[in-house]
Amino acid sequence: MRIAIASGKGGTGKTTVVANLAVHLKNSKHSVAVADCDVEEPNLHLFLNPHLDIEKTAVVPIPEVDNELCTGDDCGLCAQLCRFKSLILMAGEVMVFPELCHGCGLCTLACPEKAITEGSRAIGVVRSGKANCIPFTEGEMKIGEAMAPPLIEEVKAASPQCDIELIDCPPGTSCPVIKALDGVDFAVLVTEPTPFGLHDLDLAVLTLRQLRIPFGVVINRDGMGNSCVHDYLNREKITLLGAIPHSLKAAQAYSKGLLHVGNVEGFDDHYAKLWENIQQSIGEARS
Amino acid sequence: MSPSMNTKTIKEIVVISGKGGTGKTSVTAALASLGPQKVLADCDVDAADLHLVLAPKNIRTEDFVAGERAFINTDSCVDCGLCLEHCRYGAVSEDFQIIPENCEGCGVCAFVCPEDAAVMLPRTCGVWHVAETRFGSMVHARLGIAEENSGKLVTTVRKTARELAEAQGASLILTDGPPGIGCPVIASLGGANLAIAVAEPTTSALHDLKRVFGLTKHFDIPLMVIINKSGINEETAKVIRDYCKDNGVEVAGTLPYDKAFTQAQINAMSVVEYDPEGRGKDLAAIWERIQTRLNQQDQ
Repeated sequence: MRIAIASGKGGTGKTTVVANLAVHLKNSKHSVAVADCDVEEPNLHLFLNPHLDIEKTAVVPIPEVDNELCTGDDCGLCAQLCRFKSLILMAGEVMVFPELCHGCGLCTLACPEKAITEGSRAIGVVRSGKANCIPFTEGEMKIGEAMAPPLIEEVKAASPQCDIELIDCPPGTSCPVIKALDGVDFAVLVTEPTPFGLHDLDLAVLTLRQLRIPFGVVINRDGMGNSCVHDYLNREKITLLGAIPHSLKAAQAYSKGLLHVGNVEGFDDHYAKLWENIQQSIGEARS
Repeated sequence: MSPSMNTKTIKEIVVISGKGGTGKTSVTAALASLGPQKVLADCDVDAADLHLVLAPKNIRTEDFVAGERAFINTDSCVDCGLCLEHCRYGAVSEDFQIIPENCEGCGVCAFVCPEDAAVMLPRTCGVWHVAETRFGSMVHARLGIAEENSGKLVTTVRKTARELAEAQGASLILTDGPPGIGCPVIASLGGANLAIAVAEPTTSALHDLKRVFGLTKHFDIPLMVIINKSGINEETAKVIRDYCKDNGVEVAGTLPYDKAFTQAQINAMSVVEYDPEGRGKDLAAIWERIQTRLNQQDQ
């Protein structure tokens, strides 16, 4: 079963929930794996300290033009068809701009001279290993690289099958999140009880409803702001999976890269309760 | 002053962070209430929040149409399966319908379809607005749910903000950037005069700040850092200061961990408005340092 931990707004506590839930599940003898799909800013490793012994370069396909076969000005079909302006006809020759390429393969398919083959371009790395017996997979996008979704797909493909797979999603509601959410059975949305938290939670809720993924909400740092998120959940009849209290001790533990489970008094119970509620919510979604 | 002359004097500051939730929008709103006449731009088009503080009154609204999306006409489809076979994005279902949130708009399906059943249609990916706020004009946007092209929408927001600044003779564009280091961040940064990274003293934020620093270096954008919520961990705040010093990055200022930021947000105010004598003074000092840095760039 794949469970995504997502949020519209960044910094609400997605990674905190993934790390603590994973350790809680392992401690209660579940088979659990984690995948950090926030490939722009992967942070899960800072909390779980995995030993990552496998590293693989992630690549995307890019066109390579054989100028011997290309008829240049006489054709120009590839440049005409490419929606991403990755191929341009210039001074009778096709020029490729690899960083604009989305790897769709249309130019290769369309070239009447079979002058275009596919090479590859590195966009980042996928690392795998174990964090205290928990299978751990993460992606790290190259700096200056724009396209996260292909790397996210590779991270998910590399994550081993377990009874429970927790996916740490990137923030937002656009393509990287959609890719991270693809094929998950349930989503846990993490928010904070503030106007910004509520506004972005609403966007995340709209996204999950559109994708038809069952979900519930965790309010992190409950008590720091106002009651707007609680009111919203009541109004929208959305399941509140858990409320993790606002606590300076918890913030300090987090700042050092420490887990809440086992380190902050009372927090073990919050995660135990959270997991109970997630299970119940998944059960209800299935029936 | 002619518009072309003014173009040279417009400065563009982009507030970023790498990690989300460090306080980009609170800092942007605070800086918005300081300094010279400016145009504001919210480039966090996925999850824009600046409008919650600035209460913009929209005076112009435009659909954001970018790229295309495939559509399969079931009447002429003969179930040959070529589209499904060639689509690399999982955007064609087993019964040959387009799954819109997966469609990249590449046109492969339309190219391979022998019956012209797959066609490419223009795609409305969101909406953008020109608005008035109490701190000046503002350009903001909302990417459609599960939509593509956030980078292009960011480019549209920035371009519109620049046109407004030129028309108004404003000397500054202040931009609230997205989290991360990917497509929308790159689109927010290109050609800006200064990036300001808001960092909190946590292991995660430090890790992400290093990647942001790499990104600004890669695109050759000057960087300043604001350390926010320093009270959470003074030790890590010092590590960030040392990191900045070692890498020649100027720290524009340090802000304490203070409830005033949340309270300001709840009251739809900038922290400068909410707490003028406390955090307001800190932000004013930060603005002075930013201003000095911008002036140095002219020399």
